[in-house]
Amino acid sequence: MALVDLSATEQRAKLNAREVTAVELAQAYLARIAAKDGEIGAFLRVTGEAALAQAAEVDRKRAAGEPLGLLAGLPVAVKDVLCQQGELTTCASRMLEHFRSPYDSTVVAKLKAADAVLIGRTNMDEFAMGGSTENSAFQPTRNPHDLTRSPGGSSGGAAACVAAKMAPLSIGTDTGGSIRQPAGLCGCVGLKPTYGRVSRYGLVAFASSLDQVGPLASTVEDTALLMEAIAGHDPRDSTSLPVESPKFSQTVNQPLKDLRIGIVPEHFAAGLDPEMEAAVRGAIEVYKSLGAKIVEVDLPHGKYGVAAYYVIAPCEASSNLSRYDGIHYGHRASEPAVEAELAAERAEALARGDKAAAEAVESTLVRLYRRSRTEGFGAEVKRRIMIGAYALSAGYYDAYYLKALKVRRLIRQDFDRAFSQVDLILSPVTAAPAFKLGKLVDDPLQMYLVDLYTVTANLAGIPAISLPCGMSKSGLPLGFQLLAPPLEEERLLRGARMCEEKRKS
Amino acid sequence: MPDYTTIIGLEVHVQLATHSKLFCGCSTRFGAEPNTQTCPVCLGLPGALPVMNAEAVRLAVMTGLALDCEIPAYTKWDRKQYFYPDLPKGYQISQYDLPLTQKGRLEIRDDKERFASKEVRITRAHLEEDAGKSSHDEAAGKGDSLIDLNRTGTPLLEIVSEPDLRNSLEARAYLDELKLLLTYLGVSDCNMQEGSLRVDANVNLHIETPAGKVATPIVEIKNLNSFRAVERALDYEAQRQFREWEETGKKLGEAPKTTRGWDDVAGKTKAQRSKEESADYRYFPDPDLAPVRTSPEQLAKARAELPPRPAELREQLTREHKLSPYDAGVLVNLGRPVLDYFFAVVAKCGDAKAACNWITQDIQRTLKYRDREFAELNLPAERLGELIALVAKGELPTARSREVFEAMIDSGDDAHSVMQQLGIGAVDESELIALCQELLAANPRVVDDVKNGKQQAIGALIGQAKKKNPNADPARIRELCLELIAKM
Repeated sequence: MALVDLSATEQRAKLNAREVTAVELAQAYLARIAAKDGEIGAFLRVTGEAALAQAAEVDRKRAAGEPLGLLAGLPVAVKDVLCQQGELTTCASRMLEHFRSPYDSTVVAKLKAADAVLIGRTNMDEFAMGGSTENSAFQPTRNPHDLTRSPGGSSGGAAACVAAKMAPLSIGTDTGGSIRQPAGLCGCVGLKPTYGRVSRYGLVAFASSLDQVGPLASTVEDTALLMEAIAGHDPRDSTSLPVESPKFSQTVNQPLKDLRIGIVPEHFAAGLDPEMEAAVRGAIEVYKSLGAKIVEVDLPHGKYGVAAYYVIAPCEASSNLSRYDGIHYGHRASEPAVEAELAAERAEALARGDKAAAEAVESTLVRLYRRSRTEGFGAEVKRRIMIGAYALSAGYYDAYYLKALKVRRLIRQDFDRAFSQVDLILSPVTAAPAFKLGKLVDDPLQMYLVDLYTVTANLAGIPAISLPCGMSKSGLPLGFQLLAPPLEEERLLRGARMCEEKRKS
Repeated sequence: MPDYTTIIGLEVHVQLATHSKLFCGCSTRFGAEPNTQTCPVCLGLPGALPVMNAEAVRLAVMTGLALDCEIPAYTKWDRKQYFYPDLPKGYQISQYDLPLTQKGRLEIRDDKERFASKEVRITRAHLEEDAGKSSHDEAAGKGDSLIDLNRTGTPLLEIVSEPDLRNSLEARAYLDELKLLLTYLGVSDCNMQEGSLRVDANVNLHIETPAGKVATPIVEIKNLNSFRAVERALDYEAQRQFREWEETGKKLGEAPKTTRGWDDVAGKTKAQRSKEESADYRYFPDPDLAPVRTSPEQLAKARAELPPRPAELREQLTREHKLSPYDAGVLVNLGRPVLDYFFAVVAKCGDAKAACNWITQDIQRTLKYRDREFAELNLPAERLGELIALVAKGELPTARSREVFEAMIDSGDDAHSVMQQLGIGAVDESELIALCQELLAANPRVVDDVKNGKQQAIGALIGQAKKKNPNADPARIRELCLELIAKM
């Protein structure tokens, strides 16, 4: 069996047993990337040299008997939305194409402290806005299971690199499903932690009240390992929860007893692909066979989730993305071109004899903002900025933003009520397996509906995990998700591991 | 000409005296090299997040309490969104609908009683982050603009008054009293030159016409760089609005609120572009920051720790120390360190009036003469108290007390040793009588002149007496001589 076919947990055991060196492991993955990523496009940049140097340092530490971190020698891919000191952090946007972060995000700092080997930066939808990774300004990413299909998004690169065995562990971010949906479409495991469980410091914000960083891996065990390395309170993030984070890797293999699993009948209504439905029902059967009690629960406001999400997320995005104005950093339009454009407009107005129009031509500063942002942002980002700016405008705020916040509260209450009856909720993660590239990219509304099953966890701030439950006849991965009450990641991982273990046997 | 009343409301921005910025750990020190006191947070770099400075909130709450404001149990941070190069995030973190403090008041008065004491209502005082500083090469028209982000994120308290002020004198008194209060609380250094205190004024007129009262459109005056500028600008603006009303007849509501900038050199307000006025700031709660909750316990603690306010101190000085309102005002205006000095002097000598006179007159005079700050005064309060006590007991002649005072400051010695060095001591009454008798015997002409009604002739003897005994009290010499001549 090749090194890259092993799980991260197995690789870790081999590293600890000195059967393999970190350099050998990194080399194996770099070779795999060289062979595969040309057709997949999961990575925006592979940091091979730096990775080998980090790996060599881990090997040196191990040889010297120095203490080693949790992920010592394990390659980790990082979504290009987390700041890494000295590295480009582009968010797959022209706007930040040349932006080199002067500081480490807390998650990257934790990975470094855990002696992980940072192997490269993965592709994504621009500023994490999208569900197919087609909104990347730089390249598409293809689903390793079918190169004509999307890996999902926005963490499409993060999921594809795990699925194609180009990295054992991968960091994604999930604002409305951006970890779980691509994990589901690529056949790997993805966890969106409780809001506030993992620090957002240094995560380039899309929608601050919804964004969470989380792990992707090929097994639940590996997911637990990576989660353990990145979770924890961070005083630099005011929304970080001041609680102790459990050692997930040490409990993940303990099955849950007297498990009660909730299912929502509406989740299996029209619109769910039959093969997908069968696979998710199969997962329910697995839990039944493990002695779990299946209970129907009601989440009456779930149907408003997508609508509320597509108000709240764009509102916050429109504000968060204001800083990309071309003044201090990021893309700036050519100033001579702006000046020339304005001069031409003035001259044209004067030639018409319209003095007022000539005077009304905007200032260089305003036009520089306008041009820089027009050139720097892609269509989907602009669309969301416009929706958000509109919804926050005087006269619309109450009808959109405040209403959406009310829905959000109701959704959270739905979950509170449901979790008083059950330990976990099981649902589909996507309505269908991976879709063809290009199929949805020109239909924003259809693309938004891809988030149907995932946005409620973000709105409620609760943790959720997506994991495989089979393959379609055409060879596409099928997955489902489990949801848990706030801060119950340990329960989520243990519950997910039960199914994974049972399906393997 | 119809009568009019000027209606004025003031917005005062004060930088709070915290060591670090409102949402990051950067220093707030003034005058550093541009862009050296910055970090990812105040530079608005991608991914950076704000963390609230609790000290700024504590100072703001203290100010709110001192202004008799309500302190709501729950407040939050909002983003005020607009594009400007000195605002790197594209929004300012401020407070919109739930300010940290609201509905307070500040009493203003005039020592010279040019207006009756009144209470000015405070609408709100909220916290926000300061923007950076832009400098434009305006002369060239299209030169480079420079941005310094050292100031970005400095905590600002915006104190908004109701339109309760009626003329520039009241506005000045409000600003003086507010500045004094902030200084006594120690929440800001209130240095206008360094921009730690900034004032915008909202002003319009209520004009009495035969058809009833008419209000003119409200004008906001910016660029007010000193309290004097505020006074001048308000006087100018009232007259300008009256002229404009006479010319156009435009009333409140018929023209939008406009912004005018004060030109201190020209002594005029000038219209500024009104485009920004119509801006929609798209306020919404900042999702990166938790709401601020002030518990009743925290509030009680803050109230207990609140230092006495200038108004309370003036009251204490007139009630407990029997100073005149004028003296009390002068003393309090000199600031907390001087006032503490006063209390220490009184504790030593028990004579508040004398202590007040020495401190407000002699000490101020000598500091000015020596070009020194009060903090550099080489005269501990106990020593001044002792000096005053010695005069009161008659051990130090009043006539020589100033001389002793100056010598004490020069040498750093106490009153007793200075008096010893100068050979000053109380003079026995019999010694003085003998001296007067000797002088009168030697100056028969003076005696004759006095007998003929020319009392001022005694003056010649006083000079001689001082020469023979420097400790002789001139007033007593004069009295004794007149008594002796009367008996002749």
